[in-house]
Amino acid sequence: MARMKFLCDADRCIECQACVTACKNEHEVPWGINRRRVVTINDGLPGERSVSMACMHCDDAPCAAVCPVDCFYTTADAVVLHSKDTCIGCGYCFYACPFGAPQYPRVGNFGTRGKMDKCTYCSGGPEADMSQAEYVKYGSNRLAEGKLPLCAEMCSTKSLLAGDGDIIADIYRERVVTRGYGSGAWGWRTAYGETISV
Amino acid sequence: MVQTLLKRAATLFAVVALVAFAAPELAAQQINPTESSVQEEQLMRALQSGEAVSGRITIPDARAGDLIKPDNKNWAATHGGTVKTVNVVAILGMLALLVGFYMYRGKIRIDSGPSGRTIQRFNAVERFAHWLLAATFIILALTGLNLLIGRAVILPIVGESAFGTISAWGKIAHNYLAWPFMVALVIVFVAWVLHNIPNRLDIEWLKKGGGLFTKGSHPPAKKFNAGQKLIFWSVIIGGAALSFTGVMLLFPELAGTSAQWQLYQVIHAIVAGIMTAIIIAHIYIGSVGMEGAFDAMGSGQVDVNWAKEHHSIWVEEKLAREGRPAPSSGGAAPQPAE
Repeated sequence: MARMKFLCDADRCIECQACVTACKNEHEVPWGINRRRVVTINDGLPGERSVSMACMHCDDAPCAAVCPVDCFYTTADAVVLHSKDTCIGCGYCFYACPFGAPQYPRVGNFGTRGKMDKCTYCSGGPEADMSQAEYVKYGSNRLAEGKLPLCAEMCSTKSLLAGDGDIIADIYRERVVTRGYGSGAWGWRTAYGETISV
Repeated sequence: MVQTLLKRAATLFAVVALVAFAAPELAAQQINPTESSVQEEQLMRALQSGEAVSGRITIPDARAGDLIKPDNKNWAATHGGTVKTVNVVAILGMLALLVGFYMYRGKIRIDSGPSGRTIQRFNAVERFAHWLLAATFIILALTGLNLLIGRAVILPIVGESAFGTISAWGKIAHNYLAWPFMVALVIVFVAWVLHNIPNRLDIEWLKKGGGLFTKGSHPPAKKFNAGQKLIFWSVIIGGAALSFTGVMLLFPELAGTSAQWQLYQVIHAIVAGIMTAIIIAHIYIGSVGMEGAFDAMGSGQVDVNWAKEHHSIWVEEKLAREGRPAPSSGGAAPQPAE
C-alpha cells in the first residue's frame, strides 16, 4: 500500500484558497471548522510564501498518543482517522497536534466542544465506505472511489500535491532541480521526522 | 512627408540603439525575484521554546495562523511518558507500601481495648465537609485516572463503544464535580486550619514515627497529630493546585497560550497522581489500618480510649471543658456490677 502524504510546494501557491473552499464544499464541513487553511508567511515582505496546511497524517501521530479513549487509527494507506462515536471532545488532540488540525464544532468551556473534526484525507471514517452515515460524520470518501483528496486534485497551480509520499517527493525534487530553488516540504520534518533532500 | 519619415527613422534608430546598449544590463539583471523565499528550515531553527511558525490567515479563527507548532509533540510525549509514569509509580508504589506495612504491623488496635464510652470528635458540619470532599475526590481521581490509563486498563475489557460512553460520562462528572470539591475544600480549610498549625509536639510525634511502627507507643497530640497535619496540608495545597489548574483547563481562554494550558495540564495530572497516592494511605489508616479510627468520621463519636491514645491532650482538654472526669489511663471497659 501507499504511504499517503500531502506536500505543499509554497513556491507555487498563489493563496487562491480554492483548496479550503473545495474541502468545505466536498465534505459539508460545519461552520467554524476549516479542515484545510492557507497561511501566508512573511506577508508583504520579500520572500513571502503561502502554505496550504491540513492534517499531515503523521507517523506516530501525537493526537493518537494522547487520546484518552484511543479513538484514532491509521489506515493501510497510512491515513490517520478517528471515530466520532468514541470521541469525547476533551480537546487533548488539539494541544498535541503540531499543525492545528483537530477542531471542534463549538469553542468550548466546560468541555462542551462537541466531537472533534479534522481532515480525513478524503477517506471518511470507520463506517462502511461511501455510506450515508460515513458522509454525515466525516464527509465523502474519495479514496474509496479511487480518487485523491479534492484539495490537491483541484489546485490550479499544482502547488498542493497528494499521493504516495515517495512519488510526490520525486515530483517536488524534480521541480526544485529544474527551477533552482524551493522553500522546503513544509511540515514534513515535524510529521515524518525527515524532509526532502534535493 | 519626408520630414515625417526622417523623424520616424530617427526615432527607430534611437530605440534600436537604446535596446542595443541596454541589452547587456538586462542580461545581468536576469535574477528571479521569487527565488529568495522564506525557508521552513530557517524558521524552524529560529523558533524559541513554545513558539510557532505563524503567518497571516484569512479565516476568523486567529489560532489557525499558527502553521507549525513543533513543541506540541513534546507535550504529547510528556503526557504519555513522565505524567503516566509518575501516576502509575505513585499509586502502585503506595499500594505496595501499604501491603508491606499491613504485613509488618497488622491492624493497629486500641492498646487498652475499647472503653465503651465515647466522645464527640467531629460534628456534623465537619463530617459533611469531609465526606463531600472525599466523595468528589474519589470520583475526580477515578475519572481523571481514566483519561490517563483507561485506554490501557479498561478499554480492552469493555470494548471501544462502552469505553467511549463511560469516558464521556466520566468527563462530565469530572468537569461538574470539581465545583463541590472546591466548596468542600474551602469548608475543610476554614474548619480545621487553626488545629493544623504546626507546633513543638509535632516534632516529638514525627521523631517517634507517630508510634505507627511500635506497639504501645503513643506520642501526645492535640486535635490533630503531625501525620494528620501532613495530610491536611497536602490536601489543602494539592487541592488548591488542582483547583487552580483545573479551572484553567476548563476555561482555556483564561489559561492564555496553548503552551500555558499544556503546562497546567502536566501540573494537574502529576499533582493528582501524588494526591491519589496520599489519599490511598489516608483511606487505609482511617479504615482497615486502625481500630476505632473510622468512627471519627462515621458517627463522629470515638471511643475514649482510642482518643486518649492518639489525641491525649485533646481528649483531656475536651473532657475538662465538658466537666466529665478523665478516665484512668489504660483502663479497660468498666464492668457493670453483676
